[in-house]
Amino acid sequence: MNWLLANFPQTWELTTAHLYLSLVPTVIGVVLALGLGLIFGNRPRSRAVITSIASAVFTIPSLALFVVIPSLIGTQILDPLNVLIALSLYSSSLLVRTVFDALDAVAPEVLSAAEALGYSPARRRVFVDLPLALGPLAAGTRVAAVTNVSLVSVGAVIGVGGLGQLFVSGYQRNYPDQILAGIIMILILALILDRLIAVGARLATPWLHQGATAKSSTNNAPRNPSISTGANTEGVSS
Amino acid sequence: MINDMLSYLGDAANWTGTAGIPARLGEHLWYSFLAVLAASIIAVPLGVFIGHTGVGKVILVSASNVLRALPSLGIMTLLVLLMGVGLLPPVIALVLIAVPPILAGVYAGVANVEPAVVDAARAIGMKDSRIILQVELPLALPLILGGLRGAILQVIATATIAAYVNLGGLGRYIFDGLALYDYGQVLVGAVLVTALALVLDGLLALLARVLSPDRRLVSR
Repeated sequence: MNWLLANFPQTWELTTAHLYLSLVPTVIGVVLALGLGLIFGNRPRSRAVITSIASAVFTIPSLALFVVIPSLIGTQILDPLNVLIALSLYSSSLLVRTVFDALDAVAPEVLSAAEALGYSPARRRVFVDLPLALGPLAAGTRVAAVTNVSLVSVGAVIGVGGLGQLFVSGYQRNYPDQILAGIIMILILALILDRLIAVGARLATPWLHQGATAKSSTNNAPRNPSISTGANTEGVSS
Repeated sequence: MINDMLSYLGDAANWTGTAGIPARLGEHLWYSFLAVLAASIIAVPLGVFIGHTGVGKVILVSASNVLRALPSLGIMTLLVLLMGVGLLPPVIALVLIAVPPILAGVYAGVANVEPAVVDAARAIGMKDSRIILQVELPLALPLILGGLRGAILQVIATATIAAYVNLGGLGRYIFDGLALYDYGQVLVGAVLVTALALVLDGLLALLARVLSPDRRLVSR
């Protein structure tokens, strides 16, 4: 803890870099997954292809992906772009499944009602399906964001890792305090992002939280396999 | 780089000895097996307990997402500095990574068993231990296997980093290659560990299907 307090300016700089490296892929992941989900949600064949590609991408270890990307697209091995691209791929793979499932879960009566009111298919997708899918999407986004915060640090071994650089330099200098400071900052960052997305989603979906607030999460997905977040129990990992 | 990788893979010398591909693969699987075994010994009873009794559910739910954020590189380097170089620190780090998905799978599987089924078992005179072993665990099997599959994949991926703290495994090729600017060797490591993950994922999916023949009946 002493190290953290004494070196706060340096840590702060690494923290903002870390935040950038984890937030940008999360946002790209949400946008890509939503786009794919809205366009291909009703096309079973393309959907099956996308789902299997996504689960294969998800299986690739992050360190492997970080070092393979340069030889695929010609970037330098130390380029932050490698980490941004790898994490965006993970986030969109994780979220595209969530988006498909969330769109499926929209009640058919609601869709029929929207059609009866004269919504065109495209307009219905954006103004009816999308808002109703926001709850599960937010749960998936929380998982993606927290996973990214953790994975960015692996990038430190190839020179791009925000707070992960504290692990590398702490290890090389035999200085546990510095590593501990990095772990603490990463956990705090993950917790803050997780809460911010949860609160933002709550504000954006007031209809989910009228009445019994504490029960809302269990009501949404009573038989969901994963515990807190509604996404799958597997995850990308370092 | 891809040509470098192919010539590395084509060289017979790289397939034998303690730094050969089979040996590194064996090390990788060994660390992963130890970690998943230890994590199961911790997480399965705990998950059954929480799922069966409902005690500690709130703590589990809030802890699981924070644990997801634990940076494996940080845990591994910290443990090595505190405990010294050896097999134990990296395996402990891998256990920490494997526990949450297994725990989540077991807990969700047991907690999601239809309460009416548990009541029926109790009504025909089953004790708690028999309810757990003969009713809840068999019904929870698909979700338990799902959690185990997630854990194994994460451990295989993370075991790559063990090479950073001077252990073996397939990560050796990545770190040695990076140190020597030998990107062909880096690619060898990356491709091998990816192939291992994909093959294991496929095998585990197959195993889940074979072991849960009544899955269709349960979900209907």
